Amino acid sequence: MMAVRDWNRAKDSRQRKLRSRNLVLVLVLGSLALLFYVITIVKMGGGD
Amino acid sequence: MSNTIITENPSIDPVAVDTLPAVNDFIALLKPRVMSLVVFTGLAGLVLAPITIHPVIAVVALLCIAVGAGASGAINMWYDCDIDAGMKRTSNRPIPGGRMEPGVALGFGSTLSIGAVAVMGLAVNWVAAALLALTIAFYVFIYTIWLKRRTPQNIVIGGAAGAFPPMIGWAAATGDVTLMPLILFGIIFLWTPPHFWALALYKADEYAAVNVPMLPVVAGRKETRRQIVLYSWILVPLTIAPWALGFTGAVYGSAAVGLGILFLAGAYQVWREKSDRAAKRLFAYSILYLFLLFALLMVDALILRLGRTV
Repeated sequence: MMAVRDWNRAKDSRQRKLRSRNLVLVLVLGSLALLFYVITIVKMGGGD
Repeated sequence: MSNTIITENPSIDPVAVDTLPAVNDFIALLKPRVMSLVVFTGLAGLVLAPITIHPVIAVVALLCIAVGAGASGAINMWYDCDIDAGMKRTSNRPIPGGRMEPGVALGFGSTLSIGAVAVMGLAVNWVAAALLALTIAFYVFIYTIWLKRRTPQNIVIGGAAGAFPPMIGWAAATGDVTLMPLILFGIIFLWTPPHFWALALYKADEYAAVNVPMLPVVAGRKETRRQIVLYSWILVPLTIAPWALGFTGAVYGSAAVGLGILFLAGAYQVWREKSDRAAKRLFAYSILYLFLLFALLMVDALILRLGRTV
């Protein structure tokens, strides 16, 4: 019984970590896309 | 990434199974505290440069410096995980703490290093990118892999890696390197030994336990204290050089003299008192000292710039 409870807790913890990692990855990739877009605009506008 | 698969078998040890690194572990790999000082000195290089660049490009340059510094920290944690495991201060880092496979840290650090250099080159300029690549390579190959475990001069030569950021910031703005960024480089380069030796004085036993030949371990505490005083005497005049050579105004100059006298007093206190307390105080003050010097350099440059425009 204890083993089942521990296993469930580990599974929940793993899923929580995966969720937060995926969220951060989405934010990082989104920010990079935005950053490259802004850099392109600045460069095309003659900004150094 | 850990490829461990959780099966529906309750007999599996959940603690052993749950080794997936969390977001915080990846952040810890980047050594955020070191990164913040690196970004700050890089910003100083950008602000002090005589040419101003578009704010977006400046932010990109700082981001690349930050990511490059963090990436080399991650590779350092991969290579030094055996040392980290043996020291109390570092034993809970993601790899020795058992929360991350070493290969994950290496992959993470390598990817970020390449990305930071590439973006710096494409978005800012290739001189700054080359300096950033040199910094990462210097920290990983010269300091971490070659010097750290072999010589008590590890942090003297390795300190160059931490001294590059203001030069990178300057190069990001101007595309070249002149005397002023070299002085900024020299200030951090000469600041590093007394800063780390103050730490090593009260952590000598831990360094000895993991066979890292820090100066107090190899040459003894007395010699380390002597070297701290010697390096402080070379450092302080160099911090006054930007003012003496006319690169900055009196605000920075007078502050550099005052802060330098306090630094020398701290070094002499370490020499005389021979206590961990004095070494801890010097270590803490050395961080504040570098921060204030670079903050004042920026303030002074902005005051001079405002004076010219009014």
